[in-house]
Parts: sequence; C-alpha cells; structure tokens
Amino acid sequence: MMRTNKSARAAQYVALAAYLVFLAFPFLWLISTAFKPAQELGSLHPTWIPKDPTLDNFRQAFDEQPLLRAAGNSLIAALSAALIAVVIATPMAYVMARHRNRVAKAATGWVVISQAFPFVLIIIPLFLILKNLHLINSLLGLIMVYVVWSLPFALWMLVGYVRAVPTELEEAAAVDGASKVRTFVSVVAPLLAPGIVATAMFAFITAWNEFFFALVLLKTPEKQTLPVILNRFIGTEGVADLGPLAAAAFLATIPSLVIFAIIQKRITGGMLAGAVKA
Amino acid sequence: MRKAPRTAFRTAPRTAFRTAPRLAAAVAALTLLLAGCSGDSGDDDGKITLQFQSLAWQKESVDANKALVEEWNATHPDVKVEYIQGSWDSVHDQLLTSFEGGEAPDIIHDASDDLADFAYGGYLADIGDLLPERLKADIPQRSWETATFDGKVYGVPFLQEPRVLIANAKWLKKSGVRIPTPEKPWSWPEFRKITKELGDGTDGKYGVAWPLKEPVSATLNLSLSTGGQMFHRGADGKVDVRFDAPDQVMPRTVHDQVNVDKSASGTTLGMGGSDTLPGFFGGKYAMVPLGFSYRQQIVQQAPKGFEWQVLPAPAGEGGLAQGVSPQTLSVSEDSAHKKEAAEFIDFFLQPDNMVKLARGDWMLPTGEEALKDPALRTEKNGWSSGTALSKELRPAPAQSVRGYPEWKDKVATPALQEYYSGAIDLDELEKRLVKDGNLVLARYQR
Repeated sequence: MMRTNKSARAAQYVALAAYLVFLAFPFLWLISTAFKPAQELGSLHPTWIPKDPTLDNFRQAFDEQPLLRAAGNSLIAALSAALIAVVIATPMAYVMARHRNRVAKAATGWVVISQAFPFVLIIIPLFLILKNLHLINSLLGLIMVYVVWSLPFALWMLVGYVRAVPTELEEAAAVDGASKVRTFVSVVAPLLAPGIVATAMFAFITAWNEFFFALVLLKTPEKQTLPVILNRFIGTEGVADLGPLAAAAFLATIPSLVIFAIIQKRITGGMLAGAVKA
Repeated sequence: MRKAPRTAFRTAPRTAFRTAPRLAAAVAALTLLLAGCSGDSGDDDGKITLQFQSLAWQKESVDANKALVEEWNATHPDVKVEYIQGSWDSVHDQLLTSFEGGEAPDIIHDASDDLADFAYGGYLADIGDLLPERLKADIPQRSWETATFDGKVYGVPFLQEPRVLIANAKWLKKSGVRIPTPEKPWSWPEFRKITKELGDGTDGKYGVAWPLKEPVSATLNLSLSTGGQMFHRGADGKVDVRFDAPDQVMPRTVHDQVNVDKSASGTTLGMGGSDTLPGFFGGKYAMVPLGFSYRQQIVQQAPKGFEWQVLPAPAGEGGLAQGVSPQTLSVSEDSAHKKEAAEFIDFFLQPDNMVKLARGDWMLPTGEEALKDPALRTEKNGWSSGTALSKELRPAPAQSVRGYPEWKDKVATPALQEYYSGAIDLDELEKRLVKDGNLVLARYQR
C-alpha cells in the first residue's frame, strides 16, 4: 500500500514537472531568442543558450518602436482597468451572492451570456458610442472598454469568493451592532482580500495583453499600448522581425511577472486565516 | 436561532478604516490620471490635416515613409500629413471598424486584394479623376487593373512582389544544372526534372522546399504562367470556378515533387516562408520559392560565406506571368479633403520616392520611371533578376471575386493542403475546388 502511495506520488511529481516544463518552454525559448544574433536565428540546429549572445535585438527594438511609452500607456490602462473593475465588482458581487432573488439570478445569467460575445460583434457599436463621447484615440475610452470587458468575469470570480465567506460572520457583526455597510466594509471586504487581489490580477493581465480594442480605438503612436506596438514587428504574410520581436515581447512580460510575484502571497495566503477566533 | 461565533470584527475596523482613505486617495489619483488621458483636440488654425495610415514595418521602410511625410509637411505648410502606423496583421478588421465608425484615415495603405470589399462597400473614394496624368501614365495598365473595380479607381498600386526561386548558388553550380534566366526560364517539367537531380531526400537533402502554409495565393498566382486562372467571369458578370488542365500544371508539379519524386520536402508544406530559411541555410534544400522581399531576411540571417541567387519561377505557356496583389494607397470616401489627399499620393509616389519605398520594402515599384533606377538594376542581392520580371506581373486572379476569402479559407486551403500532402488525389481536389467552391461563390452572386 505504502509502495503504491509512493509510486503515485512520484508519478504526480513527474507529471507536475512535465507540465511545468511544457508551460515554461515558450517563455524560455522567448528569452533565448531575444539574445540571439540574426545568424543564429536562422540556424538549422538552434541551441537553448545563444552561442554568441547579443543585446542588438533589444537595441533595435528600442530604436524602432516607442516601447517605453507604450509600456507606460499599457500600465496606465491595465492598472486603471483593474482598480475600477474591482471597486465596481466587489459590492455588486456581494449583492449577487447574498441576495438570491430573480434579479440576481438574471444578472448571473447575463454575466455568463456576455462572455460568449465575440469581439467583432461588439466592436462597431462600441466604436460608435465612444466616438459620440469623443473617446476615440483616448486612454480613458480604452480603460472604459477594459472595465466593461473584464467586469462580468470579475463579478463571477468574486461571487464565488463572497459565497465562501460564512454568513455567521456577518450575523455576528450584526449582533455586535454593525450596519450592513459597516459589515461589508469591515468584515466581508477584508476577508475577500485574496479574491479581490486575484480578480484585480485577472483584470490587469486581460487589459495588459489585450490587442484588438487597443488597435481599433487608439490611432496615434503617443497613445498606443504595448501589444499594438509589438504587432508592428510582424509584416506581410506573417513574416516577423523575430529577434527584436522576441526582445520586446520578453520585456513586455516583465511587469506581469513582477506584479504576480508581489501579490501571489496574498492570493495563496488563505482566505479565512484568522477570521474566526479560537 | 444559531449562535453567531465571535469574530475578528472588533479588531478589523482599525485596518479597514486605515485602508479607506488610501482607497479614496487612489481613486482620486486615478481620476486625475484619467483626466490627462482624454482624446485629441482638432486643429483650430484652419489648416488641413490629413491622416495617413501606413503599413510599413521594416525599419528602412518606416524611415522612408516618415522622411517623405516630413518632407511634405516642410513644403506644404497648409496641408499637414499626420503619420499613423498600422500593421498588416490586422489591417482589414481595423479599417472596417474605422470605416463603420466614420473615423477612417484620409489616406490608406493596404494591398489590392483587400480593396474589393471596401470598394464595393462604398468606403473608398474613386480617385481616377483626382490623380495627375504623370502618375497615371507612369504605372502600367496591368497594375491599375489590380485596384480598379467597375471602372472606378480605388487605389494607386505602387509596390509589388513577384515569387522567385531563391537558390543555393554553390549547390546549383556543383550540380551542373542549367541556370535559368528571365529570358530562358525553366519550364515546369524541366523544373521538376532538375529538382529531382538536385536531391531526392535520400540523404536528407531536397531539390526544393515549398513553404505552403498559405497554399492558395501561391497556387493561383503561379498558375498564371501556364494559363490557369481558375476564376471565370461569364457574360452575366457572374464568376464560376473551374479547374482545367492549365490550372493543374503547378499543383501537379508540387504534388509529384513531394509524393512521387521525393525531391520536395513534405515537412515544409505546413511552413511559412521564414520557417524554411534555417533548412535552406543548413544545406537541406537547394531552392525555396519565396516572395522577392524575403531577400532581406536572407541578407540578415544567412551564415557567412553562404552564396545565394535569385532565379525566375518556372514558366509555362503564359511565359513568366504570375499574379500579384500590389500594395496600394487609397483615399477614404469620408475624407473631406480628397483632392489634397490625392496630391499627397502624387508627391509620395514620385519616381525617386518610389525607389526609396521599394528599397525599404525590398520589393519592386510599379512605376516605370522608378524601375529604371540603377539601384533597382544592380545584380547585388538579386535586384536585377526581380526587376526583369516586372513586366510579367498581372493582377492576382481572385482579387475582384466576391466571396473569394470564404472560398479560400473554407474550401481551397484545406483541399490544396490535403492534395499537396498526398492525402487526396487530383479528382477529389477538383471536386472540392469546383463543386464546393461554386456553392460558396453562388451565395455572394445572387
């Protein structure tokens, strides 16, 4: 029995390691490509470690495209969208989770349905609305789109987190004389912190990586975001300027990695740790 | 009634109330931040501003585009051109949205095979009467046909790209095969015979590598050399698909090279052009049929000492004819300044400027004056071999056919991929291209 358990555990570790390698492969290959000179990119026998590593791809990427400005625009759009989305979604999710009436059910159904709309279906009406609001070629317009786009899924995520908070905690707060708002702000919201962080992370990454809305809504280079700028390294028939593209794409992944590294403890920290006194 | 457990409530408020002002400050900061992100304001000085969306992407090409815009702005103080960078990868959807929203750029860079839907949709201006005689006369009629629909000119074709054979020069020389020239090219049967001589895969070396990830345009365009055109317009204006003997020469050659002679690598059929270059540099393939502009990648990536040359694609009864979809400059129908936009296009496509743009994109200009430039006649990097083909370039057969994109994606691409890989035979290919294809086209021609 013991041997079976050990074998199963070993198999699990092997499967996990294989999965991690599978996940890491594109990223490691991206890093490797970013440091390869042009001749090595065209080699029949590519190597993981560049034989003659170079920073030329990074220099070329920065020379050719306004990467820093684009990264700044992406950061503004993604951070703003994430913050606004969680500020709106948190109380909404609380209401949807705690009040299971027809309206809440309809809202939940709408959230699910809204995820099925393809971009191309909504982009033209959206474009017209933003045009009337004079928000074409505006980061503000893009942020509004990102908030609307990420809100349904953010709501969905947060409803699950709210439902995991025991109602007994709120009842206890009520017994202590707290109002509904006070209970939400002081009891529920702190316990939702890991969920809020995870939701914000989702909204941030969604906005950070988003390409099509940014492409259509932002015209001038001063306003364009990183995915739009990265797309400029791809030419006709999918031909890519591979070295600079890899260098720029590698740089584009860094903010997501840094933010994830900073907040991952909050995500994994345990939702209800310390909530209930022994 | 259940007894509620004691909670951390009494300790929580301190944290929560410390957090609240921070949250308020963050929201206030965000509001201020967003206030600075508002959209453009229009020009108030009465000067005209034209937006020019360019799809230039290689550094030399972007530099050339921007330099010309700066030159225009320096010499035309009343008509300012604003350079907007677009991208080939997503231009159709982006333009469609812009047209629908009434926010399209005044001057639009695109390819002629993307213009038909926009022209028929009423999004592009007929600029036939706005263009000067100089420009009209400089560009040959066969090029104008690529951007002319129902007798109206919806774009100025200015750069084009023939398909050529990029060959390993040492390999060819060592093998002793006849080297083709534009004056005396290989026929399709000769091409098949020579690729077999160059390599039949037994030692991992092949005579040719066909990168046919997108097989339809390559097949249609190269089939013009044998008189194939696949799309036939009847007297009623309706188009039907046929797959006659002239249409079959090129596909059969590729099929037989891969599946009978083994002189073409089967693994490259699913690749894009760039993907075949490592094998080409590594000595796996003697030749790769590629677009003319791939020379830039070859110059950048080829190992030191690698010798390569540009050869014409095989010829048939139609000589070296092949289809192309030139890059175009169009004017938006919604533009309030069509005349000025056409003047900018005229300036942008002056012969000297066309040469700069062609060199920047490693392509051929359509303008005959520009084609005379010595910089495009040099043997270095195969320029002269490509320039010699310019008179043989014709409109791509399908570009004015409504429903072509759906036929291409749903019918022709999978059918040709299966045929080239040997999964289906020629009869099945014909059945799918013609029978299934005509059902698709019929929906667009009711």
